[in-house]
Amino acid sequence: MRYAETGFNLEVDLTRGNIERVETDPRDTELYLGGLGTNAKILWERVPPEVEPFSPENLLIFGAGLLCGTPAIGCNRTIVSTISPQTLLMAFSMMGGFWAPELKYAGYDKVILRGKSPNLVYLWINNDKVEIRDATHLKGRGAVETAELIRQELKEPRAQVAAIGLAGENRVYFASIEQGRSSASRGGIGAVMGDKGVKAIVVRGTKDINVARPAEFLALCNEVMSYIKFRNENPIPGVMPILAGLGSPQEMKVHDEKWHTENFMWGNSRVRQKDFWNEEVARQWAETLDSMRTRLISCYNCPMTCGATISPPGLPTYMMKCFSKLTYTMAAFADLEFGLGIAQSATEYGVDGFSTPQVMAFALELYENGILTDDDFPGMPSDNEGRFYWLLDKIVRREGIGDVLANGTYWAARQIGKGAEAYAHNNIKKHEQLPLKLSMLNPIYFLMYATGEKINITQIEGQFPQAPWPTREEREEFVKDWFQVPDEKFKQYLLDWEPRGEKSMPFYPTVEMCCDIVDWQEKMHYIDDGLGMCSGLSSFPLKPPYHMHNYPAFISSGAGIDMDEAKLTQAAKRYRTLVRAINIRRGMRRKDDKPPENHWKKRFPELEKELLDTYYKFKGWNDQGIPTKESLHELGLDYVSEDFEKRGIYSDNDGASSKETSPETEKN
Amino acid sequence: MGEKKKKIIKSIKIDVEKCNGCRSCEMICSAFHATPKYSSNNPARSRIRLIRDPLRDIYLPVYAGEYAPAECMGRDKYVIAGKEYEECGFCRASCPSRDVFKEPDSGLPLKCDMCEDDPPQEKPLCVQWCIHDALIYEEREEEVEEEVKLEDVEVGLESMIDKYGLEKVMDTVTRISASKKS
Ligand code: SF4
Ligand code: SF4
Ligand code: SF4
Repeated sequence: MRYAETGFNLEVDLTRGNIERVETDPRDTELYLGGLGTNAKILWERVPPEVEPFSPENLLIFGAGLLCGTPAIGCNRTIVSTISPQTLLMAFSMMGGFWAPELKYAGYDKVILRGKSPNLVYLWINNDKVEIRDATHLKGRGAVETAELIRQELKEPRAQVAAIGLAGENRVYFASIEQGRSSASRGGIGAVMGDKGVKAIVVRGTKDINVARPAEFLALCNEVMSYIKFRNENPIPGVMPILAGLGSPQEMKVHDEKWHTENFMWGNSRVRQKDFWNEEVARQWAETLDSMRTRLISCYNCPMTCGATISPPGLPTYMMKCFSKLTYTMAAFADLEFGLGIAQSATEYGVDGFSTPQVMAFALELYENGILTDDDFPGMPSDNEGRFYWLLDKIVRREGIGDVLANGTYWAARQIGKGAEAYAHNNIKKHEQLPLKLSMLNPIYFLMYATGEKINITQIEGQFPQAPWPTREEREEFVKDWFQVPDEKFKQYLLDWEPRGEKSMPFYPTVEMCCDIVDWQEKMHYIDDGLGMCSGLSSFPLKPPYHMHNYPAFISSGAGIDMDEAKLTQAAKRYRTLVRAINIRRGMRRKDDKPPENHWKKRFPELEKELLDTYYKFKGWNDQGIPTKESLHELGLDYVSEDFEKRGIYSDNDGASSKETSPETEKN
Repeated sequence: MGEKKKKIIKSIKIDVEKCNGCRSCEMICSAFHATPKYSSNNPARSRIRLIRDPLRDIYLPVYAGEYAPAECMGRDKYVIAGKEYEECGFCRASCPSRDVFKEPDSGLPLKCDMCEDDPPQEKPLCVQWCIHDALIYEEREEEVEEEVKLEDVEVGLESMIDKYGLEKVMDTVTRISASKKS
């Protein structure tokens, strides 16, 4: 018997309309866990670098994490992987909510889509009965609306629906996949779904999920629950509100937005408003949130209530999560009422809450600077807020300038020319980043920004405090019950870390320490993505209930795989390296491993070079960031180095093969 | 009927305003009732069911009550504070008109047993896992007439008899017991 996982994937060939239930190899689970790990294995094997994002050969994989559907609290992530039209690299976005456990209860670990359907369809998975159904009547419908309509038409209110909106149908490079309470937004995976002609995947499951050693597994869950309660009552002192507690930033709960509004950038990630937050703003924003927020809501089997139902006046209700609360507001220099309102349209259209506002602010900046002119914006309203609604509409419909902007700031700037490139200034690997511009280089963050292949800082940071507490006493207090550290040395790193003076940034933590810290933080994220755990209870917050010391027991007693810390570290490293290998094979090299030029004012080129050199070595990569033959061998990935050799990757040192054309322009 | 006896009345107070829709209650109820305990889980087997409709802000945990051999003559539909709840939405019965509170494979009825356990649980499992107190456990003592309590097997058999007829069930039991013995 297979434990925690079902042992079956659903393979759907959309071109032929063929559906197959395929048994998976339990040895892969041992080596790559599930979720992201096995997704990466499949992409490596079946999607060679010649395959374009919008080719029928590209796969779109919905993988439930290994422990999804077990009683493990907060373990509900679907990891969606494909080749991104925006970055041309592997995309893997995660969504919480209810979809992954439902898929497990239906009897599958993954849904793997290949080919392209000639007409718009949706997939209906009802336990053993799986059908491809016509969705032409849903064309153009909103993502939330679509979910409602499908549930009604199937008379199955308990079905879970992952759907795209208009943006996905029109292959907008930052289109998301929406799933009620949650969404998988980064990397334009919604565009790939739209390209495949799939409007939604609908799941209902009523089967059992087994665990190997029930009593042990439940005892672990109870410990996690007690620790969640403890942490809810004992927030971490001396850090901003969203870092003090657990949960994927519980933005829906917080009224005090002083920190975000004064430290994050407004507009096209350029303007800092240092004295923005005052009593009047606080009062007004609190009133807005209180009047629109109907209820705080959780994902499946989690008490953290990180999301909320929002009912803006005169608009349909929708569900919001995390930081999209502020992204539209800040991009438009507007107030919270505007942000919560436009997010309703954005959710129905199905677009990423980080990239979208930035793309629109970028367009208006080009307009203000005369690079785009009135001719590019026929009929655009003159008021600021109206312009954002207008632009959003043009983008998701790919009309006029919207067709260019729909490719994201990187590709749009190249298409527009006339110096527009300088305005697409906040990208890493062609992908829009959080609107942050800071002064002094932070060596830990430098490494994370440069080498994080989820290309999103929130998907690599966590665990280690972002800055040292001013006094040693405070730091001592923090390390006292910091049992989550994988090694005692991390406590010392923190204790000695000072805000100023000799042991401060950028030269402390030292280069070696930075490597340790970044590796630990990244590892925890990768483990979460293999298991399907919400980073909000694990890799993202300080002092989380899941950590390196209890994860092996969760896997052993849950999945029945013999696991210890060393073996788990090795497994995470294996599929982390495989993700890099997929990207290396697609042309990614050292030149791509860099933060936005203007992310910090004070840069230290020599130190940065040393950081990258040392970290590459630490990871077992050569000076181009390519995993070496030896390190691949150690991970049992000889098949990767063989492929690299065959393709001449070790000798091609500058990644000359790296593609520089957007799939959308090629089409024309 | 029997004489008066002291009895502990166990009740669960449901505060729908505090529910966040996580369905932990469903998950853990099904895990607790698995054999061996917690060896599997499946919310479709749960004896508590969350009616969840976020866009209309409906969050309604309903506990499985008695098995009803026949469906009601009519149906009810509640509208509270402008929200229209599902037909028979507040009904706790496992009844032929719907597929709730039935084992998904066999169709046998499910009923909340307040997590009867030996040694007894401090609180029912759904309450333990609902840390926001949408479910609150209360006990009180009352004098009641002693009643004959149908055991699980009996309730199950009764529903099988209603569904397939006494004769068919008897035949099947005889056949199965014969095959088990051989
Ligand atoms: S911590 Fe928040 S985002 Fe994570 S599973 Fe729980 S409710 Fe969802
Ligand atoms: S556990 Fe509590 S909060 Fe969660 S669904 Fe059940 S009643 Fe609601
Ligand atoms: S009290 Fe026990 S049996 Fe009843 S619904 Fe809750 S967990 Fe299930």
